[in-house]
Amino acid sequence: MNHHRRRFVAGFLAVPVTLYTVYVLSPCAQALVIALTDWRGVNAVPRFVGVDNFRRLLGDEVFLRAAGHNLLLLALVPPLTIGLALLFAWLLTGDGTARRTVRGAGLYRVVFFFPQVLAVVLVAVLFRQILRPDGNGMLNAPLTALGFAPVGPLADTDLALWAVLFVLVWQAVGFYVVLFSAGIASIPRELFEAAAIDGAGGGRLFLRITLPLLRDTVQAGWVYLGVAALDVFAVVWVMTAEHGGPDHSTTVMAAEVYRNAFHYSRFGYACAMGVVLFVITTGFAVLVLRLTRRERIEFR
Amino acid sequence: MAALSHAVLLWWAVLVTVPIVWTFLASVKSEREIFGDAWSLPASVRLDNWARAWQQAHVGRYMLNSVVVVACGTAGTMLLGAMAAYVLARYRFRGSRVVHALFVAGLALPVYLVLTPLFFVVRNTGALPLVGPFIGLNTHGGLVLVYVAFSLPFTVFFLTAFFRTLPETVAEAAFVDGASHTRVFFQIMLPMARPGVVSVTIFNVLGQWNQYQLPLVLLPSDRDRWVLTQGIADISTTAGYDADWGALFAALGMAILPMIVVHALLQGQIRRGLTAGAFK
Repeated sequence: MNHHRRRFVAGFLAVPVTLYTVYVLSPCAQALVIALTDWRGVNAVPRFVGVDNFRRLLGDEVFLRAAGHNLLLLALVPPLTIGLALLFAWLLTGDGTARRTVRGAGLYRVVFFFPQVLAVVLVAVLFRQILRPDGNGMLNAPLTALGFAPVGPLADTDLALWAVLFVLVWQAVGFYVVLFSAGIASIPRELFEAAAIDGAGGGRLFLRITLPLLRDTVQAGWVYLGVAALDVFAVVWVMTAEHGGPDHSTTVMAAEVYRNAFHYSRFGYACAMGVVLFVITTGFAVLVLRLTRRERIEFR
Repeated sequence: MAALSHAVLLWWAVLVTVPIVWTFLASVKSEREIFGDAWSLPASVRLDNWARAWQQAHVGRYMLNSVVVVACGTAGTMLLGAMAAYVLARYRFRGSRVVHALFVAGLALPVYLVLTPLFFVVRNTGALPLVGPFIGLNTHGGLVLVYVAFSLPFTVFFLTAFFRTLPETVAEAAFVDGASHTRVFFQIMLPMARPGVVSVTIFNVLGQWNQYQLPLVLLPSDRDRWVLTQGIADISTTAGYDADWGALFAALGMAILPMIVVHALLQGQIRRGLTAGAFK
């Protein structure tokens, strides 16, 4: 029996563990080593250069701009998405006391959620057309008809990144509306009723009961959205001009990793960028979880 | 108050639907209508845009490729992920905690860290004897294996927790009756884990269907093997002044339409599957 057992365990684990080792764990270890080499070109022989790549990154203007754009998205995508989603979820579920839901709440939820199932690439292609700078895009047609000059956010170095931000929020909000609505629905009704008897109004109920009780969900969403903001690739690569342009005004770290590795064949340098991205992502996740945990202890 | 609520909710609903409706409208317009007033209705419904997108722009080919890759990728992920999760959840052996921890650690791994070495791993497997031609660069087999490997962390993590919640008594009774470990897994435990398996399957299907970065790196040159996201992105970014705009919008509509149908049919399941994924 014991012999059968051991063979069974080994047999069931062999293939998944092998695949995972070959395609995930070993590339991960290799990346850390390649980042310390000057490997350039598919057939070149890599040479160990220590932390040279990382030193060069600190002076690489394009990469620093890319990192800056990621940090801006990191600062804005989570609060905007979560703020809008909380507002919509609150409007959809009513103020909790009567548990009256807005008419058509189910339909709103279905519509809001839909962008989430679309591939990011499709969303990017869609908005590339909508924001077309000539007079015929969906955005510009009514503007020009009213006599305004057409706008081209994707062709404008000051506006393009805001277009990226808008698209990211546009796609993400619906998912969090559904998540938060479910959270609100699971809060016991008596809590709202008791507070309402004590004279709390709609806004106070939301701030004092709904929000604190959704805390864990909001925290998980914040980490998730933050990691997504640091990992942005498809929207930038497909929607913006020149894959991160115009003039590097929308580029992000992931796009620079891809560009350096697969357009310029700078494999060592690209791996160093990947390591930086990994460190920032992990640092952010740990920071959010730490900060919010401390607060929670203070409250209790 | 109720009117204001509706106004705000309606505003967002319009913001979400209008771009999609506009795409479908443009997909049945003539070139002149697309470059005319963007908000006008088409004079006649031009389905030839759709025909051109399907054939000349190869969207049919791309879609078929996506279906094949995602079907194999998800099936492989679920089979291997469920096997690993079951063993990790239900059997005590040396190293089981380490293996579980390694899978879970994969959840925190950004794909951009491993992108470059992954390219060379897949390239090198292409040189293996016998299997090489099926799993190297520019092959669906290679992409499927990578999808499976990258989907394992979440699948194993979620299903391990799920298998732990299932009662032991049924399996014990089957062992007493002389059933083998393999049989107990396939005929008793796997069917019992159905709700968890369905959620994770939906999560993986959507994740793999929407994947863009991995095919971009692993199917770089052979257009006939491209998946849908790659194909549509290429049609869009390479479209110059002489582009076939009608076909572009038709291609976009073609890619969106199945998602609308799937979402309408399975919206509850999808919401549960994806929100389960949020708490990873």
